[in-house]
Amino acid sequence: MTVRKNQATLDADEKRRFVNALLELKRSGRYDTFVTTHNAFIMSDTDSGDRVGHRSPSFLPWHRRFLIEFEQALQSVDATVNLPYWDWTADRTSRSSLWAPDFLGGTGRARDGQVTDGAFARTGNRWTINVRVDGRDFLRRDLGAGGRQLPTWAEVDSVLAMETYDTAPWNSSSDGFRNHLEGWRGVNLHNRVHVWVGGQMGTGVSPNDPVFWLHHAFIDKLWADWQARHPRSTYLPAAGTPNVVDLGDTMRPWNDVTPADMLDHTRHYTFDTAA
Amino acid sequence: MSSITRRRALGVAVGAAASGVALARSAAAAPGAAPAAAPAPASFDEVYQGRRIKGGASHGGGHHGGHHGGGYSVTIDGEELHVMRNADGTWISVINHYEPVATPRALARAAVRELQGAPLVQLTLA
Repeated sequence: MTVRKNQATLDADEKRRFVNALLELKRSGRYDTFVTTHNAFIMSDTDSGDRVGHRSPSFLPWHRRFLIEFEQALQSVDATVNLPYWDWTADRTSRSSLWAPDFLGGTGRARDGQVTDGAFARTGNRWTINVRVDGRDFLRRDLGAGGRQLPTWAEVDSVLAMETYDTAPWNSSSDGFRNHLEGWRGVNLHNRVHVWVGGQMGTGVSPNDPVFWLHHAFIDKLWADWQARHPRSTYLPAAGTPNVVDLGDTMRPWNDVTPADMLDHTRHYTFDTAA
Repeated sequence: MSSITRRRALGVAVGAAASGVALARSAAAAPGAAPAAAPAPASFDEVYQGRRIKGGASHGGGHHGGHHGGGYSVTIDGEELHVMRNADGTWISVINHYEPVATPRALARAAVRELQGAPLVQLTLA
């Protein structure tokens, strides 16, 4: 059974296995297909048109399905590997063990933002950025640039308190839990973390940075936490909404999975703490 | 887009002298889009940190599928920067995708700073 753990609690062997599985997916070419898929959705999801992966109610079930697929790919390399999550309300500086050389490596150097330590540094020749929007083929970061701050637990708590899952017009201007968690409105949780990391994480090809998965695993856990806090609230909209994935509609690119199928994460994995 | 909406958009385009601007406005006024009151942003053309940035209403030709600038296009040294307008009238690009800014010019400048001299490359959608 897959148990997703807080990254801060992983032991050296768990970190090593996770990193090695990432490197093997990268070597085989499978990793980059996930980057390509994500970018295709981020470029085509619009507030006024079809929207599936982002800026819409299905942001959460879409990414849940995307992470399950990625986790299964990791497990096809090493069956002991599960996706860890990064609680950025707790591990909120560039000195966190998350950014140590034995795990994800640190921030980028001043000159060009290039990450120079850890397994994902370009100099190791095992992490070339192939799916890219500019000419640079090395992983970049600028952790906390300009004094930016990660969200606090109090800010997260204020979003978890929102009873309504999502509201019309079901996009980046919506009120409700989903859009506040995504960050287009209000205190800004998910979007702000992408910006705090910087480099490729701030772009449409954000899964080029392995921290993408740890960030989204925590966003996914917050959805589970929200469900536990509001057992009478559920996914919205229910039916008949143009351009938007209703509860029982299938989601691209899989076309065989609906938000309803994704509501109960325990069919796929559990967390190290009760949600 | 319904035929009624299409006719209305065409009417707006014909009625305005600056048809490019009107097209941008009509695209933004598609069903479920930003409030129609959001004005189409001005075009611009400048050299910023040594790079030529241009923005203005696009005219349909030469666009890749999946581009959703709402009728507005931005280039950096002649290469198209994928941009998108949010429902509240703010803008993001493929380079700064999680941090909305007020105008396409601010977006182009943010991209130039982020690129640190690197060229844009066009990515083919899957």
